[in-house]
Amino acid sequence: MIHPTPPGTRDVLPDEMRELRALAAVLRRAFEGAGFGEVRTPALEYEDVLRRGDERAGPPGFRLFDSEGHVLALRSDMTIPIARVVAARYSDAEPPFRLCYFAHAFRAVERGRGQAAEFLQGGIELVGPPAPIGDAEVVSLVLEALDEAGLRRHRIGLGDASLYPSLLERLEVPEEDRAPLLERLGRRDLVGLEERVDRLDLGGEARELLVTLPTLRGGPEVLERLSGSLAPAVENLRACYELLSERGVAERVILDLGLVLELGYYTGAVFELYDPAVGFTLGSGGRYDDLLGRFGRPLPACGMALHIERVHVARTAEERLR
Amino acid sequence: MTAGTGLTIAVPRGALFADTLDLLDLLEIDTSELRSGDRRLLFSGPALAQRGIDGIVTMRPSDVPTYVEHGAADLGVTGKDVLLEQTEREVYELLDLGYGRCRMIVAARRGDDALAESLRRLGSVRIATKYPGIATRHFADTGRQAEVVEVKGSVELAPLTGLVDGIVDLTATGRTLVENDLEEREQIEVCTARLIANPVAHKLKAQAIDALMARIRGRP
Repeated sequence: MIHPTPPGTRDVLPDEMRELRALAAVLRRAFEGAGFGEVRTPALEYEDVLRRGDERAGPPGFRLFDSEGHVLALRSDMTIPIARVVAARYSDAEPPFRLCYFAHAFRAVERGRGQAAEFLQGGIELVGPPAPIGDAEVVSLVLEALDEAGLRRHRIGLGDASLYPSLLERLEVPEEDRAPLLERLGRRDLVGLEERVDRLDLGGEARELLVTLPTLRGGPEVLERLSGSLAPAVENLRACYELLSERGVAERVILDLGLVLELGYYTGAVFELYDPAVGFTLGSGGRYDDLLGRFGRPLPACGMALHIERVHVARTAEERLR
Repeated sequence: MTAGTGLTIAVPRGALFADTLDLLDLLEIDTSELRSGDRRLLFSGPALAQRGIDGIVTMRPSDVPTYVEHGAADLGVTGKDVLLEQTEREVYELLDLGYGRCRMIVAARRGDDALAESLRRLGSVRIATKYPGIATRHFADTGRQAEVVEVKGSVELAPLTGLVDGIVDLTATGRTLVENDLEEREQIEVCTARLIANPVAHKLKAQAIDALMARIRGRP
């Protein structure tokens, strides 16, 4: 008789385990080499604590009670636990803090969709340096780490979570219409977005801007498509791109004005990693300047997490090409 | 996304097949092999490659979002009904293609009022459907309790045999409803064919996708 494991979980046997370990070792060496010390936090946290980090998020995928009736949850990422660690354990220390991690995170999955409920994340968090200097450090370090891990074709999408909201504000879109627009953008439903924009009865130029902005992606020329008055978000993207050029990684960057991420705590730059060998993103991250304040230590911060098992798929594909 | 430099497109067989092939013809993408009626599912070759197409894969419409989400196809055509049922899919919905227009509706037996009667006296209605997600959401959104029964075959049979009070289904002409003594009670949504894209392909093959979209938008 075969005893099953829960949907979205799996066993890892020695051949794969050796490769995953080797891959994580390369990344860890790159992160540690840049001054990012590794931390470990509990897989289980109090649900209230996780909820404090992102009140807009849905309920955690897995919850349980401890013997005293407290509600515990399996972490769904490492950013919120690390925000808690920094606020609690470095309350008096002088920033910046550079931390990295390799740990499993857990999310609810539907049966039959081929998604992972338990997945290995490796990432970095940089607490203290503000935008754009902190953003550029995080992005270039992750790109270099992936180079060292043997990827050759990876690219990073660079956007800004505050871009579309500030555009809505500048165009004086009524408050009650903003959430439905952002929701459609977040679902990547560009048809629904256009329908909803058309209902607003805006002038031709404003309508055009709201509809085309999410489709603007490419090199620095996409920034030219926006007039100078558009929000500090564009300025920040431009500045970040320049810093990345100086660090010599600009050719890996796709400026993406429509990029929005699911997680609610991002306040500025957002990143997504792509590789042609994998249909899903290899990782994501961004700037979350309000998150640490919710744990009592207001500091700007930025980070990125890699989905190690997907990076492994990309690397395997890369080896086959050689 | 697919690893080649060109695009792989998922084309739905069934009701949207003919219109989708006509659209590809307008884009000067060769569909003669797809039209030949053989049983192949995957098409590629120099004529397609010349147009920047690595391959065309054919499948049932409800599988299109699966292939596109996983990147086995970069682009796909499917019905809005499919996307409404599979809301959790992480794909870009890029374009309303306009064809394949039909409506998602609530229907019940003609002449009686089983829907309202059940709600009033039993507190909830029983609904049969091939679209449990859409049906559950529609009744929840309109503040009514519903027990949704998923069936795979002809939904029209369910209210006639007393299995349920009403159905949620897709209708184009309404003829099947009439033939089975059913009538439309509520419209949930108008559904047309949509162009969808894999999120990674949308970034890494941006130029090819935008060029194709410009040609679709500019079609006569």
